[in-house]
Amino acid sequence: MYNFSYQKVTSVDDAVEAMQKADDGKFVAGGQTMLPTMKHRLASPSDVIDLGGIEDLKGICMDGDAISIGAMTTHAEVAASSDVQSAIPALAKLAGNIGDPAVRNRGTIGGSIANNDPAADYPAAVIALGATVKTNKREIAGDEFFTGMFETALEEDELITSISFPKTEAAAYMKFENPASRYAIVGVFVAKSGDEVKVVVTGATACEHRGMRL
Amino acid sequence: MLTVSMKVNEQAVSGEVEDRTLLVEFLRENLRLTGTHVGCDTSQCGACVVHVDGASVKSCTMLAVQADGCDVTTIEGLTNGAELHPMQQAFKDNHGLQCGFCTPGMVMSAIDIVNRNGSGVDEATVRKELEGNICRCTGYHNIVKAVQAGAKNMGG
Repeated sequence: MYNFSYQKVTSVDDAVEAMQKADDGKFVAGGQTMLPTMKHRLASPSDVIDLGGIEDLKGICMDGDAISIGAMTTHAEVAASSDVQSAIPALAKLAGNIGDPAVRNRGTIGGSIANNDPAADYPAAVIALGATVKTNKREIAGDEFFTGMFETALEEDELITSISFPKTEAAAYMKFENPASRYAIVGVFVAKSGDEVKVVVTGATACEHRGMRL
Repeated sequence: MLTVSMKVNEQAVSGEVEDRTLLVEFLRENLRLTGTHVGCDTSQCGACVVHVDGASVKSCTMLAVQADGCDVTTIEGLTNGAELHPMQQAFKDNHGLQCGFCTPGMVMSAIDIVNRNGSGVDEATVRKELEGNICRCTGYHNIVKAVQAGAKNMGG
């Protein structure tokens, strides 16, 4: 891994300021993808801005008919959340099957979504459940957030603050997983809301296949 | 260089590290706690699992500076050295290791599994939760037996 300048910040404003000042900065959330990527020298940022100290980005709360999950909430926390388990059990189950226990203790929902790995689990849920991605600048519909392989609608100095998932009538996620990484070789998230059923496929294409609306 | 301070195995430690120094490098090279192993270095194999603030993490996929101020436990910190931790004893009793390279990570993950699932944790749960720890010798059967036996021993 090439060396970099590490910066720990405690607020979203400080994080954005650090990014604007950096030559070629990157935000790090849980680092479970970013650190391996940097070890492989596929990424070599000049500055690594650690979001781990921003308390405002952590936690899960009910927000009317939606459940709001802070960007720095770990997969383990989502999986264990009684709020998520009762509002959208499929989402808790999805989180509990990402990677392995040690990865789930560090990896975050915001990091996963911002990275938009074509085989990641969360993006399928964000689209199928009609979630809204909230950033320091705006709100982005889940449908419009993922723009291509490892590409999202996020701008350079924009970071996810939370993701809001509306409660759903019924949802389920199944994946055929890589036995080593537990990434989805192919995964399908199905969600029913009112008269609409959405089916979203991850893994099989470069970016989440929006599938069908039944 | 950065100065990091943390508690490792109940002792306050500090040291100079590069920004890019991994937690496992700090443990092994600065503190000479070589019980924590590096296997794959890509967060697949689990040989480097330690506990940070009570939760299992892969210390090859966390920067040393990110553990600044944290409470870290490594395999060396499980006992005072006079006797084995109940989970280590269970690995010995059940032949849960052959070459031993993966064992420190297995034991640290196993204790985390028991902490979260209790002393009566079933076989299916143990197998699922050990997904992040790879052993190339045993075929896992005796490791799973060891974890369940160790879980019972830890429960009293």
